[in-house]
Amino acid sequence: MQTLLLATRKGLFVLHGAGTDWSIAAHHFPGEPVTAVLADARDGAWTAALRLGHFGVKLHRSTDRGQTWQEVAAPAFPPKPTEGPWADDTTPWSVDLIWALAAGGPDQPGTLWAGCIPAGLFRSDDAGASWSLNTPLWEQPGRRDWMGGGYDHAGIHSIVVDPRDSRHVTLAVSCGGVWQTRDGGESWTLTASGMKADYLPPENADDGNAQDPHCMVQCAANPDVLWLQHHCGIYHSDDGGQRWIGITAPVPSGFGFAVACDPHNPQRAWFVPAQTDACRIPVDGRMVVNRTDDGGARFQTFSSGLPQRHAYHLVYRHGLDVSADGQTLAMASTTGGLWISADAGEHWTVVSNDLPPVAMLRFV
Amino acid sequence: MVTVEFAPTLRRHVDCAPQLVAPGALREVLEAALLAAPELAHYVFDDQRAVRKHVAVFVNRQMVRDRGVLNQPLAAGDRVLVVQALSGG
Repeated sequence: MQTLLLATRKGLFVLHGAGTDWSIAAHHFPGEPVTAVLADARDGAWTAALRLGHFGVKLHRSTDRGQTWQEVAAPAFPPKPTEGPWADDTTPWSVDLIWALAAGGPDQPGTLWAGCIPAGLFRSDDAGASWSLNTPLWEQPGRRDWMGGGYDHAGIHSIVVDPRDSRHVTLAVSCGGVWQTRDGGESWTLTASGMKADYLPPENADDGNAQDPHCMVQCAANPDVLWLQHHCGIYHSDDGGQRWIGITAPVPSGFGFAVACDPHNPQRAWFVPAQTDACRIPVDGRMVVNRTDDGGARFQTFSSGLPQRHAYHLVYRHGLDVSADGQTLAMASTTGGLWISADAGEHWTVVSNDLPPVAMLRFV
Repeated sequence: MVTVEFAPTLRRHVDCAPQLVAPGALREVLEAALLAAPELAHYVFDDQRAVRKHVAVFVNRQMVRDRGVLNQPLAAGDRVLVVQALSGG
């Protein structure tokens, strides 16, 4: 039996299942927007990020798999300075949305990372009882040039902690490129070399600080391998993001938001194509999943079990996940569809067509 | 004393009975009332301690437009009501 958590516009759903037989077991925070969820493998705790329409972002934590929840502190910016280089900052110093939650390493019990819109990175060392803004990243001068990509302000949506070294953290900013720290957040380096932004004037296309990664994932078995779905296509790195290699756009499209990579096989990754930037629906109304097994040289397109006529599902950046077995995948859309595959994405089974818009799903 | 009351839509998240606090500027009054339920403050204020844009503060049935300074003086007998504005989908 496996467990899957779905963060949706109308609450957090818990699903249990095995193979392709899955069902909803619990619904928490009914009616409330849940933007991110973390199932912490270190201690079994679940953390849910809410974005209350009137009352701001909140964090709730459960140590008993959702039987009870306790509200804990939410990340919050410090008072905006009234003098100095950031006094005229046009970005609001107030968290609008928690977009990413990540656990620190096994040697850092209680450490959590939160990526937000606006693009503040926050760290807790007490399991969410308190949070502090990472000022080296927030105050690095390039942050002033970050742009919103679909939201009014830039945000951090992907955070990966190196399993070999917890002080090595890589994150992706939409739009602000990929940034890495090797000293636990005391200093940051822009590592977006190789990416191209075709939405910019040609002479600016290589500007790493202006890139729009949609989602970035890391191979657990080989953490130097990163996969990234970018606004302008798919990228792959086998040197920890020092150099990004653009992948020839697969059929039917290289555009999309979500990416998942096999935790055991660094050559295998999945993508969910949408038509184009300007038309964010499945190509020809046919929903498909693309998989590469050879590092992006070739792709197979799978459609079995997915709607093939007048399907307008968009799988948003956190709407695809693979379980630790490398075979079970879950995928959910912003129009409330949820599908499961038990054979590495080759066949899919619908679990529901009637869920709220899904922001994130994660296997426990 | 000034009466400060939080609407049920707020109290369903963090309960707080109506508070009687000393007269003063609106910010002082709100901050004093929130001492009874410090966890409620993050629901009323954003990170910069401004009233959230989807929260409305009324003084004696008059909505307060100012969200940041909150220096409106309040006198004994005034009533403050904090409610949620209409928004969402």
